[in-house]
Amino acid sequence: MPEHPILDYLWIIPLLPLLGSAINGLFGAKWPNKLVNWVAVGSTGLSFFSALEAVREFFQLSPEQIPWVKQYFTWITAGNFRAGFDLQVDQLTVVMLMVVTGVGWLIHIYATGYMVHEGGYYRFFSYLNLFMFFMLILVLAANYVLLFVGWEGVGLASYLLIGFYFLKKSASDAGKKAFIVNRIGDFGFMLGMFLLFRTFGTLDFVQLFAKADPWPADAMGHLGTFTIACLLLFMGACGKSAQLPLYVWLPDAMEGPTPVSALIHAATMVTAGVYVVARSHILFSHAPTAMLAVAIVGCATALFAATIGLVQTDIKKVLAYSTVSQLGYMFLACGVGAFSAGIFHLMTHAFFKALLFLAAGSVIHAMGGEQDMTRMGGLSKKIRWTYLTMLTATLAIAGFPPFAGFFSKDSILLSAFQNEYGGRNVGYALYGFGLLTALLTSFYMFRLIFLTFRGKPRYDEHKVHVHESPNSMLVPLVILAVLSIVGGWFAAPAMLGTGPDYFAKFLQPVFVGIETAGTELEAHSLELTLASVAVGTALVGLFVAFWLYLKQPGKADALAKSMKGVYTILLNKYYVDELYAAAVVKPLLWISTNVLWKTVDVAGIDGAVNGIAESTTAIGDEVRHTQSGNTRSYAVWVVIGALVVIAIIFFWPSAGKPVIGLVR
Amino acid sequence: MVPTNYYVVLSAILFGLGVFAFIFKRNIITIFMSIELMLNAVNLAFVAFSQALGKLDGQVFVLFVIVVAAAEAAVGLGIIILIARNRQSLNVERVDLLKL
Repeated sequence: MPEHPILDYLWIIPLLPLLGSAINGLFGAKWPNKLVNWVAVGSTGLSFFSALEAVREFFQLSPEQIPWVKQYFTWITAGNFRAGFDLQVDQLTVVMLMVVTGVGWLIHIYATGYMVHEGGYYRFFSYLNLFMFFMLILVLAANYVLLFVGWEGVGLASYLLIGFYFLKKSASDAGKKAFIVNRIGDFGFMLGMFLLFRTFGTLDFVQLFAKADPWPADAMGHLGTFTIACLLLFMGACGKSAQLPLYVWLPDAMEGPTPVSALIHAATMVTAGVYVVARSHILFSHAPTAMLAVAIVGCATALFAATIGLVQTDIKKVLAYSTVSQLGYMFLACGVGAFSAGIFHLMTHAFFKALLFLAAGSVIHAMGGEQDMTRMGGLSKKIRWTYLTMLTATLAIAGFPPFAGFFSKDSILLSAFQNEYGGRNVGYALYGFGLLTALLTSFYMFRLIFLTFRGKPRYDEHKVHVHESPNSMLVPLVILAVLSIVGGWFAAPAMLGTGPDYFAKFLQPVFVGIETAGTELEAHSLELTLASVAVGTALVGLFVAFWLYLKQPGKADALAKSMKGVYTILLNKYYVDELYAAAVVKPLLWISTNVLWKTVDVAGIDGAVNGIAESTTAIGDEVRHTQSGNTRSYAVWVVIGALVVIAIIFFWPSAGKPVIGLVR
Repeated sequence: MVPTNYYVVLSAILFGLGVFAFIFKRNIITIFMSIELMLNAVNLAFVAFSQALGKLDGQVFVLFVIVVAAAEAAVGLGIIILIARNRQSLNVERVDLLKL
């Protein structure tokens, strides 16, 4: 028995879901749903418990054994380049591992209830397990190349699952859109990897960061190698994590089944960009310009998406824009150097946003597929558990104490407030916009709650039979609700002034030397002030939503009418999709149609092939007349040919001699 | 001793007769025989040169030619029999299915 059974055989953790995926994918088609469940939920559950065991063993390691890197086999070697199947565990990985396997497992359980009426049941779970495999590769990878494998793999799984209802055109289009937009980001990510390899000669995290660390910040200028490499990596992160300007795929990705939206497009995959930025924090902290870009993009995305979320009526679309907005928050945290706060928010967000999506799925399930909030209302009494869990998640995302989101959001806002890069004013501006986003978040989330669960029913009560979901769906909801409450309590002692922020302390070895804060006491009083401001803001959002949608229903419509211009722009999502269609898609289509298709392909390639064929036919048509079918004319040809050959042999200037020389 | 020239000239005459018959005769059997005549004309030249140069290579070649001629006769006669059965004639001009 090895000393660390799971840590020595880390590959077991990702391999289990892969096996589940393969078994279900290959044999599941003819199996009853129950067997598919066992394989899918079982493999993910085993993976979760292996991860738990790995974490238990991890805590027994001595500090110098961390990061724990295991090299299993060499995958690519070329010159001095080596990319291996190397897995790594450090504190950051532990957090991600727990989030991915834990939330992933819960969502698998939920999906067994949610998907039960759907066709392609085994296919769904095969894809979902495949996603788990790639996501675990992503978080466990010890070099950028292997990370990129996971990165592309989750993109593939996301594509497959968004387009799960592939008979629906909008769904398959959304899948393609997600895939293509992600390619743009991945292009940057790859260039970033190439640049890093060129500069440092390695892509292994440990070696690369050890080589990069001694350089002073901005060592290569404001737009030097560090900055360029970081911006390129961030471009990849923007694609995967749906930041401006590449966020457009995520709202469309809601075409996929709801558990997919919860797992991939809220809790795990979309946070991969944040993870990569946090993982590369050593590079980023050497490139203040890139940090500022990350912070500004994150902040802008947070605000931008939140404003769109204000007016959406599709329950999942609201949550999608909310996800984009919260991801912006995480990038804001990373951009101001508060990586642990960003990861903290990543974790709490995974809990409450997964819960929101699953609860929304439960609502949709109860309403028999209805997603439009304007045709819901008054559901709270009929689906009480769903209502209570969703309310918990809403309180968490809006940032009310003692729910999880309060602590993580608070530490992000605090870090933004204390940000010094680019001057204090930049920090204040980031904080201001962050706070405004918090206000909007609180508003649109309570709008969702009030429209869906309170007020009078706006659906036909005779036609829609509202029913609570089965236990397989409710149990994950309750567990996630508990996590959404207690998930942030790691930071509670710091807030109360009785101890450190245990989450930040846990991640401290990873982000060593980066966390900057004022003196403890000053920071603490500041934190309390900012926290009360944030709670006050959230309360304002709550009351505005209450007033507009419950107290005086109809007021919201009147407001929308009085601000018709703004309302229309928001409802149409700032016309970004239309802008992209006009600026990117149309020209590309035109070039593809007129240049690549009609010129290069049809005229050039097909022309060459058909031309050869046609000229062969034409030549053959002429030459076939020599084959007269008259046997004796063939004989003449044979004789003439022989004569020609003999003539050549005799009269060829050089070749003739030895032949004649033979006849003495 | 007969000079080599004589053999070569005789060989050329036989070969020429063979070619002439090959082109102008209509009976397949005759054409076939003219091919045999050409082969044997060449054999004669081979043997003559072999004798004149004092080397055995030519005679070895002749043996090869005889073997090939035998094989050719077997195949060729088979074809001729089939033609004779199908066309009821040995005239090559009647073998004209490929004619345009």
